Amino acid sequence: MTENNKEKKKKFHLKDLFNRPSKPYANPYLGGVLLGMVLFASYFITGNGLGASGGLSRIAAFIEDLIAPGHIDQVPYLITMAGGQLNPLDSWIVIVTAGVLIGGFTSGVIHGRTKFETNKGPNISNQTRWLFAFLGGILFTYGARLARGCTSGQALSGGATLSAGSWVVMFSIFGGAYALAYFVRRLWN
Amino acid sequence: MIPFPLHLESLLTKPLTYLVFLLIGFLFGYVLEISGFNHSPSLASQFYFKDLRVFKVFFTAIVVGMLLLFLSSAVGLLDYNLIWVNPTYLWSGIVGGLIMGFGFILGGFCPGTSLVALATLKIDGIFFVLGGLVGVFLFGETVDFYKFFFNGSYYGRLTLMDVFNLPAGIVVILVTLMAVFMLWGGEKLEKIYGNKDPKKAPKARYYGAGVLVIVAVAIAIIGQPTTADRWNNLESIRGDDLKNREVYVHPGELLDTFHNHKLNLVMIDVRNEADFNLFHLLDAENLLPEEIQDSIDEFIALPANTVIVVMSNDEVTSTEVWKTLTAQAVPNVYIFSGGINNWLETFSTSVEDIVCGKITRAGEEELHFEFNAALGSNCPAAYPDHDLYHFEYEKKIELDLKRAPVGGGCG
Repeated sequence: MTENNKEKKKKFHLKDLFNRPSKPYANPYLGGVLLGMVLFASYFITGNGLGASGGLSRIAAFIEDLIAPGHIDQVPYLITMAGGQLNPLDSWIVIVTAGVLIGGFTSGVIHGRTKFETNKGPNISNQTRWLFAFLGGILFTYGARLARGCTSGQALSGGATLSAGSWVVMFSIFGGAYALAYFVRRLWN
Repeated sequence: MIPFPLHLESLLTKPLTYLVFLLIGFLFGYVLEISGFNHSPSLASQFYFKDLRVFKVFFTAIVVGMLLLFLSSAVGLLDYNLIWVNPTYLWSGIVGGLIMGFGFILGGFCPGTSLVALATLKIDGIFFVLGGLVGVFLFGETVDFYKFFFNGSYYGRLTLMDVFNLPAGIVVILVTLMAVFMLWGGEKLEKIYGNKDPKKAPKARYYGAGVLVIVAVAIAIIGQPTTADRWNNLESIRGDDLKNREVYVHPGELLDTFHNHKLNLVMIDVRNEADFNLFHLLDAENLLPEEIQDSIDEFIALPANTVIVVMSNDEVTSTEVWKTLTAQAVPNVYIFSGGINNWLETFSTSVEDIVCGKITRAGEEELHFEFNAALGSNCPAAYPDHDLYHFEYEKKIELDLKRAPVGGGCG
């Protein structure tokens, strides 16, 4: 349904789609209530919480499998996802990831926030922002694999189900970020 | 029987199951976008106390999600034992969390938010996702160098209730109060560091906080279902299995299962330690009936091909333990038919008579054999020679794959 609508809009009003006036974001508490309800619905219906880094890691395994299929079968961590005939994309978490992309895009279009731009602190160039985004991405997913989940899969989902380890991960994430924040304040202020 | 969570794999075809996950992902992405999670300066400025938008969304979501989960569990709609609870790996969680925190403040996103940023064409989000793919690659290549650390400090399905030894309702109240306090403190910090006037925010948030606390108290008052409650719900369904002896395993089937390497056989011997030391089956685990309750989480976390067989001297105690395990949603639990007495009558040989002991007669749930010493699993009957025995029996063990998810969103 939404796919079709988008196609039509793209064909006929491509410019309008990306040049709509940006609306402000929702009230954070309202957003939190809605996010909590989505999280609950996920557990209630499927028994599983939300996740994001799992999807990313399977996409990475898929790319690696395309480039070096023989190598996959020698790395124990990758075998479970993409070893032999396994398709790393054939997992519910990859489908959730696809849904996140479509949902984010849809909301961005509706609220006029889907546009090419770089958001950054006022005192750095776009290139610096991109470099640090890239480095941050490497660190974040590396840590997420080590901790078996990121802010979605561990902190949010595990937090709501009262997993002890997830609360430890949550405080470690916030602790790490607050600890380093002062030293990299130029990036954002 | 507690109706939720649904077991989608057995209810729907694969495409339909995936459609459900696509819809959940869609809503997740949509809500992240309207909450402003695709805007990296908002994400980063929470670490300078200037704009705690993301912090507010995040902790509100955790509390709302938690309250709905434990409320639906308290009223018997949702089986908490059947939802995925992240297992605890303490040190890899701490180190991984700190690395994630560094990545957060440098990159301005986390994986979920970067996907939404990418979907809304934020170039910094695209770079973060690319870096993320590289991070996964680097992890796969390096984890083997420290896999003992990665797999160490494992505590299984450990909840805050276990850590603090408090009932779920109390933990729910404490987490709610802590979150409300943190959000209140966050607004104070925003006022100091971000020049934000909390008076401009809608008053409704105070009522909202009040509702959260009231719901938390209600959850504590209702309480989570006990094993007895759970069995009462289940009796109409599984009670007949007991009556028709559908869950009682013949000695021959148990012996065959020893040698069925597709199954992960777990034998729980619920007799007292003295009887267990006199004689037990090879590899059986000794757990007293009152210790079962504390081990439920471990049983739930066992691999999907696990079959649990409970045994006592006869069948009375083992049947009670079966009820506890089954009521707590542990799948594939069976009772050893006739108990250890039946086993010894079936498998004791002339060697047993001479070396180990002989048959005597005693009361119900007492060992009918007199052993010369605490021989444990050293008698031949503890592991009979499979080739010597052939039995005709009705096969009872059937793998039911309807169980708690065996992986979260992080695999």
